[in-house]
Amino acid sequence: MKAPKIRVENLNLHYGSKQALHDITIDLPEHRVTAFIGPSGCGKSTFLRTLNRMNDLIDGVRITGSVKIDDVDIYDRTVDVVRLRKRIGMVFQKSNPFPKSIYDNIAYGPRVNGIRDRGALDEIVEESLKQAAIWDEVKDRLDESAMRLSGGQQQRVCIARSLAVNPDILLMDEPASALDPISTAKIEELIFELKDRYTILIVTHNMQQAARVSDYTAFFYLGELVEFDKTRTIFTKPGNGKTEEYVTGRFG
Amino acid sequence: MAMKERIRFTFAAASLLLLGVSLFLLLAVFLPWYAALGVITAVVAAAPFGWRRFSLDTRRKLSENMFILVSGATALIIVVFVAYFLVHIFLLGQSQLSWSFLFSPPTEGLTEGGIFPAIVGTALLVIIMSLAGVPVGTITAIYLTEYASNTSVIARFIRFAVNTLAGVPAIVFGLFGLGFFIGTLGRQMDTFAFDQRMDDFQSLAVAAGSPFTGDSRARVEEIRAMFLGDDATGWRAEVEQLRILQELRGEEEVTVAEVTSFFTAQQRPHWGQPSILWAALTMALLTLPVVIVSVEEAIKSVPRDLREASMALGATKWKTIRSVVIPGSMTGILTGAILAVSRGAGEVAPILFTGAAYYLPDLPTALTSQFMELGYHIYVLTTQSTDVEATKPLLYATTFVLLMLTFTLNFTAIFLRSRVRARMLR
Repeated sequence: MKAPKIRVENLNLHYGSKQALHDITIDLPEHRVTAFIGPSGCGKSTFLRTLNRMNDLIDGVRITGSVKIDDVDIYDRTVDVVRLRKRIGMVFQKSNPFPKSIYDNIAYGPRVNGIRDRGALDEIVEESLKQAAIWDEVKDRLDESAMRLSGGQQQRVCIARSLAVNPDILLMDEPASALDPISTAKIEELIFELKDRYTILIVTHNMQQAARVSDYTAFFYLGELVEFDKTRTIFTKPGNGKTEEYVTGRFG
Repeated sequence: MAMKERIRFTFAAASLLLLGVSLFLLLAVFLPWYAALGVITAVVAAAPFGWRRFSLDTRRKLSENMFILVSGATALIIVVFVAYFLVHIFLLGQSQLSWSFLFSPPTEGLTEGGIFPAIVGTALLVIIMSLAGVPVGTITAIYLTEYASNTSVIARFIRFAVNTLAGVPAIVFGLFGLGFFIGTLGRQMDTFAFDQRMDDFQSLAVAAGSPFTGDSRARVEEIRAMFLGDDATGWRAEVEQLRILQELRGEEEVTVAEVTSFFTAQQRPHWGQPSILWAALTMALLTLPVVIVSVEEAIKSVPRDLREASMALGATKWKTIRSVVIPGSMTGILTGAILAVSRGAGEVAPILFTGAAYYLPDLPTALTSQFMELGYHIYVLTTQSTDVEATKPLLYATTFVLLMLTFTLNFTAIFLRSRVRARMLR
């Protein structure tokens, strides 16, 4: 296994009085795709959102344990959340481009980081759209509203947007769940191409998808991490009965 | 009676009662009330006999549809009333409605002429009101929705205050405006400016090399001479006042304190009197809840996803609000402004004591000017006319103009709001 990029130790998360994550301990490898699977409400999305402290935005969330990225505890009081989030791209379940032009969508992150120079922005926009494999489709209409693109195109624009801040980690929360099979295939292809440069963590409901795109798979159930291993192992000879039941489709 | 039947019976009785009342109201528009009552009684009395004639199926269908019919009819009656109201006012006022009515001042003791100063006054009033109220309301709404947590005591307290504000009668706002803006704030500003001026007066005396300082005495003429030098421009009012003082005291010598107290007695309020500024600020307070509620609604309609996308890119909360939340709720802010304007344009009580003038053919020229206003003008025409018959068409025409203004504003707000709602459902 490669050196871990993210080390999570004894992570507990409570929403008010309800505990959503129980004592999660996991090492996530660098430049690999790790998939999080499990039935609805098992905590996999919540877990993903602890990695860029997105849960901070919700009232009444309490977190204990540690999450270390490159050996720095991101919940340490000295950590600047805004700077942390710049290092971690996030792609959401529902494509959510800003109601602005395609160009402004991609340039949003760089601009937030203080890049004003038009030439530099142009370069970042082109580079990001190319990485997200959508440049050819939109290069002649960068000034059009991103809302006018199809769902699949919007999602790839959102991926490009998250790449534009040059993160090292990419969090994807069911990025293809609202897309048709062709768009889904494109996204999966894209994940495959991106993993050389980014550490990708993807939450998915779709077991085939997890099997196709990921190197490692973590199975969550009722807020607990049941099993974490190489994807092939999880899908062929899982160590835990619950995992086997889930991946073979007996529940979920 | 079984439970179900009892419910049905109650519904039927309630429906019939509603139908009766609606019908009565409708008829009462055209007939004397006792005739209307007679018709209703006849219908109700005849109903049981006619009812039996229908087949069972028809009766069932009829009673099923009864409530839809009744509620529809009741709703229709409201529309009929509004239409009747408008047409009535229009017909009585139409003889006066013309371009020159809109663009000329009232004349002949308010029995002729137009309403131009009132239209301009109303427009200026709502513009100043919006400039003051909309930013404050928007910022409050942003605080409540974005920064304050739902459980925080401060947020609850603000919400409570906003709700209370919404329930305060308009006349109380008027009194508050009089007491606070004019009586306290305006008067303080005047006092401050006056003290400043008296200090300047003293330093002018020193600069002029005059011995007239402290307890020393001088003739008024000598004091006046100080103000006629090169440094003394802008003292015209004081020179005029000293001329009066000179007439009163002649060759007698006066002290600084005497001159100052004379100036104080002669002092005219500048800010501490009714004006368009204070009226607009009072109105802004009155309409603040309207702005806050509609902006809040608009902010909540901006999808959570968009905020998270922005935050995930490393934007701060404030950056997210500026670049995502505010642009996304622009229509809502606009709706709030329009609703506030339409509410403000229709209120008279808040401006009664704070700046509205009975008759003022000149347009307001400064923030301290008084002004005419449409709603107040209607009140004046109704109650203060020297010739009631001659004023009547003017009154109706003015009312029609005001109604059209508020209706147009309301419809614009409804249109914008429907666009916000449509986005929420997307």
